[in-house]
Amino acid sequence: MTIRASVSLSRGDFTLQAQFEVPGQGVTAVFGRSGSGKSTLLRTLAGLETPQPGGAISVNGVTWLGQGINVPVHQRRVGYVFQEPGLFPHLSVRGNLEYALKRRVGRGASAAEPGNVQGAEPAIDEVIALLGLESFLGRNPATLSGGEKQRVAIARALLSSPALLLMDEPLAALDLHSKEEILPFLDRLFASAGIPVLYVSHAPDEVARLADHLLLMEEGTVLAQGPLAEVLGRVDSPLARTDEAFSVIHCDIVEHDGPCHLSVLSTAAGDRVYVPRITAGQRQNIRLRINARDVSLCSQRPVGSSILNILQATIVQLSAPDKKGQQLVQLRLARSDELLLARISEYSCQQMGLVAGMSIYCQIKAIALLC
Amino acid sequence: MPFESDITALWITLRLASITVLALLVVGTPLAWWLANSRWRYKAVIEAAVALPLVLPPTVIGFYLLVAMGPDGPIGQFTNWLGVRPLAFSFTGLVLGSVVYSLPFVVQPLQSTFSGIGRAPLEVAATLGARPLDRFLTIVIPLSRSGYLTAAVLGFAHTLGEFGVVLMIGGNIPGQTQVLSIAIYDHVESLEYASAHWLAGSLLVLSFLLLLLVYGLNRRFDMVKI
Repeated sequence: MTIRASVSLSRGDFTLQAQFEVPGQGVTAVFGRSGSGKSTLLRTLAGLETPQPGGAISVNGVTWLGQGINVPVHQRRVGYVFQEPGLFPHLSVRGNLEYALKRRVGRGASAAEPGNVQGAEPAIDEVIALLGLESFLGRNPATLSGGEKQRVAIARALLSSPALLLMDEPLAALDLHSKEEILPFLDRLFASAGIPVLYVSHAPDEVARLADHLLLMEEGTVLAQGPLAEVLGRVDSPLARTDEAFSVIHCDIVEHDGPCHLSVLSTAAGDRVYVPRITAGQRQNIRLRINARDVSLCSQRPVGSSILNILQATIVQLSAPDKKGQQLVQLRLARSDELLLARISEYSCQQMGLVAGMSIYCQIKAIALLC
Repeated sequence: MPFESDITALWITLRLASITVLALLVVGTPLAWWLANSRWRYKAVIEAAVALPLVLPPTVIGFYLLVAMGPDGPIGQFTNWLGVRPLAFSFTGLVLGSVVYSLPFVVQPLQSTFSGIGRAPLEVAATLGARPLDRFLTIVIPLSRSGYLTAAVLGFAHTLGEFGVVLMIGGNIPGQTQVLSIAIYDHVESLEYASAHWLAGSLLVLSFLLLLLVYGLNRRFDMVKI
């Protein structure tokens, strides 16, 4: 169950040369700066761009591109959500959904196909409920807000019964409010639909919240790929070189209504973590995003610190100092497999004599909650 | 009051314009689509050729068509080979001449509408499983409504006003190839100003109403667009 691709193409100055193999389920974030070839990669997978001969694309055992095979776009079982919703203006919201529904038969969306584990095709009512479209089915797309349009576009892509859902920065064209509105729908979608998703983004918070796997791109090539925490935790990735380096850790919720408007969480190893009170729902566990620059290190457990969250960890490795005199330290939280990155100055590193294998305490100044 | 021959001329003119527009929509759609989407290096040659009737004197178009339809011309030889009567001085010949004469008035609005739609809606439709012809019929045609209306009305109105081409290739056979504009000319030549007024006025009002229709409806369509 994998999605495999090896494609190259050039357009003017830009060259895409991407090879990757990601799991055939869950959400894989394709992350990189603008111009790194994320969108071109997605367009090539969908068949909207023609790669140079010799490429290969296969999705859970079905070949879309290979020797003597180049399945045209309309016959690839692909769902594509573009940055712009692209609703058909001459059709109502329901008309847009039915457009997809009517055509899914034409591309062999059947349970008999090898590698099809999705089973039943999504019913229109389920998809409408999943994305909360009940109230505006009869409306003209022009009358919808940006967030609503994108929800319709996502529903439409789902109704075409894709074997692979490609999402090209679906939130990038939206304002903050619409983004917040749509994210819970994406959570539900990814939790329930069971379709593999490639999700292009350059926003770290979206990646940290939504993705299970990560594919890092730079200048048209795939630099790193793997499980989210593993790729994020690398000290040598292009992401680690930027100020945006961050890690994601998983916690269970111990107490929603803790003292002083806090909620109490517990790491995999049972250490306490305090966060601003969580309002969202009755969930049991939660993802936390921790920026490397918000983590400082102490060789002994600090006493009398105003910082609430102090976790014990072991140093795994250190990056070489960068030009600004800073180093990235990869830590493994005590008694668990979770990785944490800390950005500290080269001078501190030397003073504290940090080396791999050392036991140390991490003070975390700020935590971003991700549902 | 108009003569009976004037009513016949009006009827012939309307029939000519309608058939011409239908033929032009059939021929012009693929041509305009190709012009809007082709990346062929020499596309400008075809674009210039399509626009020629805008600038050429109608008598020049008519003259070459007449030569082509003659017994030694390519069209004449073709009709001869088919064993049908020559096209010169026939209604079919008039339709052919009008198609050439009004070509840019249909192709250009269609081309600009097609270009305006862009690739995005078609790519969306393709990822939803629509085949190429399906995409054209269900996305391009509905999104080009205002372009088709403009093209049809401009082509129709322009054919109504045709004079030079018809005179060259159609002659002036009452009941067969005598159209409105030539009937007006005949009336003026014979100093029948009242009849000329009647016909000229009708043509003026008809043309104005058609243009009003285009501009009025286009505004309505614009409001529906996103």
